[in-house]
Amino acid sequence: MTKSPGKNGFGGNLARILASGAFAVTGELGPPRNGSREDVVRKTEHLVGNVDAVNVTDNQTAVVRMSSLAACLIAQKRGLEANMQMVCRDRNRIAMQSELLGAHALGIKNVIALTGDHQKFGDHPEAKNVFDLDSVSLIGTIKKMRDEGKLLSGRDLDGDDGRPGFFIGAAFNPFADPESFRVLRAKKKIDAGADFLQSQCLFDMERFKRFMERAVDLGLAERAFFLAGITPLKSAGMANHMKNKVPGVIVPDEIVKRISGVPKEKQAETGITIACEQIEELKTLKGVAGVHLMPVEWEHMVPAIVERAKLLPRPAFAGPLADPSAPRRPGE
Amino acid sequence: MIVAERKPLEEITGFVAGAKKVLVVGCRGCVTVCNAGGTKEVEILASLLRLNSQREGNPMDVDEHTMERQCDPEFAEAFGEQLGRGHDVILSMACSIGPQFLSRRYPNERIFPALNTSFLGGALASGIWSEHCQACGNCVIHEFGGLCPISRCAKSLLNGPCGGSENGRCEVSEETECVWQLIVDKMESNGRLEELSDPRLGKDWRTSRDGGPRKIAREDLIK
Ligand code: SF4
Ligand code: SF4
Repeated sequence: MTKSPGKNGFGGNLARILASGAFAVTGELGPPRNGSREDVVRKTEHLVGNVDAVNVTDNQTAVVRMSSLAACLIAQKRGLEANMQMVCRDRNRIAMQSELLGAHALGIKNVIALTGDHQKFGDHPEAKNVFDLDSVSLIGTIKKMRDEGKLLSGRDLDGDDGRPGFFIGAAFNPFADPESFRVLRAKKKIDAGADFLQSQCLFDMERFKRFMERAVDLGLAERAFFLAGITPLKSAGMANHMKNKVPGVIVPDEIVKRISGVPKEKQAETGITIACEQIEELKTLKGVAGVHLMPVEWEHMVPAIVERAKLLPRPAFAGPLADPSAPRRPGE
Repeated sequence: MIVAERKPLEEITGFVAGAKKVLVVGCRGCVTVCNAGGTKEVEILASLLRLNSQREGNPMDVDEHTMERQCDPEFAEAFGEQLGRGHDVILSMACSIGPQFLSRRYPNERIFPALNTSFLGGALASGIWSEHCQACGNCVIHEFGGLCPISRCAKSLLNGPCGGSENGRCEVSEETECVWQLIVDKMESNGRLEELSDPRLGKDWRTSRDGGPRKIAREDLIK
């Protein structure tokens, strides 16, 4: 099996950058908790030209926000390719497949299939959850629609023209337990059809390397692209919060010590330095195809980070998003 | 078994407000085993209601009775002997199936559920019960080391642990074990971890509640 973008031409800019072998950079955009187009546009400003594609979250942490698809379309209109996230918490397989068809019709190139955070921590803990599918099933469903022109039930899509040619994304978390199953879980996602995977926030480089070594050994890095998730720490407080309060994130003591060891007003800078050092190390780590930048409420730092980490200029591939003079489909 | 727990007393006193005569009916099935609605619990609830009504200056007659099983037409029929004594309200201390059977058989009686039916499970230790099954109608636990990910994983995941599993605990609550940690441990210790490696694409939920209320008809038993 080969990675699909090179072979089949799925996806858009991100797929082409990854296929070219260039070190990719993706970003993150959390849609606003309102219906303001302007708010989305403002969030794209720090990202255009600095990342190859942006993950647009789907009611992240189970807090109601503008829908991922709507925010993706606004971002794409600004020339920023979107990775539409889709979680299994809120919709069943009927609603999700329908949205995937719509997203394809409206020009979405990349979809990231996730299980989703439990609603317990969100703004509607009294909600009923769905979890009809899980992330692996959703990945398999998207692949089936794309490669076989079939729905999950096995029913055919009408004709071949409307097959959704998504570049399929997934998450991987080397830092959650049980560690022994983590590579197998990533493998399951790749077997189901994931073309690229982005990690949970990386702080524990040793554990990440252990994971990548096994992934490379199993040949997974030849079958899919692995991007490491980078979250710059803003303060010692944030480091402690991530360490103690966020399940599935590990912040090693050395990092907490290092950031706590500098005066408060210098902590943010240290956080950025740590992030840039990590990126530097990842550039040469076997099996790593790029980084996924996800600053928390600190999006305006992205330009400085990509600059300092020497990730600029971003490679440009001609395409409907990169080239404003190219004919646009309605909604793009 | 079906695990239930008694509703808060304030809710139950609300049910009987204004009543002069109340009948509390227990059940010797699951709710006796899980100490929620057997003879002993009937006695306790009846005493609490008596005390409460006396304190409020409106003393109420509270009778007690425990049935063999409330979810059985035969016993529901026999329960008729307890009626006709002027009870204004009947409080069923069976799981919620009991009061439905009684209400159907005796449509003119005012019957309230005194328990909340919580889940299908068992006792982990004295006084602690936990959910073990969701009655999905197509049991697959043998493929998961004998543990049920559908009822015991907060997200019913069938392809492995989510990214929030940490130190054996579920991301949803420190109090809850991550069943996927248990599944992986079990399969690993049996040298069968590989069996978990094939992706499962979507469970068929038709045999579960999603297919509508369920019914079993056994030809060999139908008279
Ligand atoms: S697989 Fe289904 S029937 Fe078996 S224990 Fe789990 S919920 Fe119950
Ligand atoms: S932590 Fe474990 S039990 Fe909880 S939702 Fe994730 S996989 Fe399921």
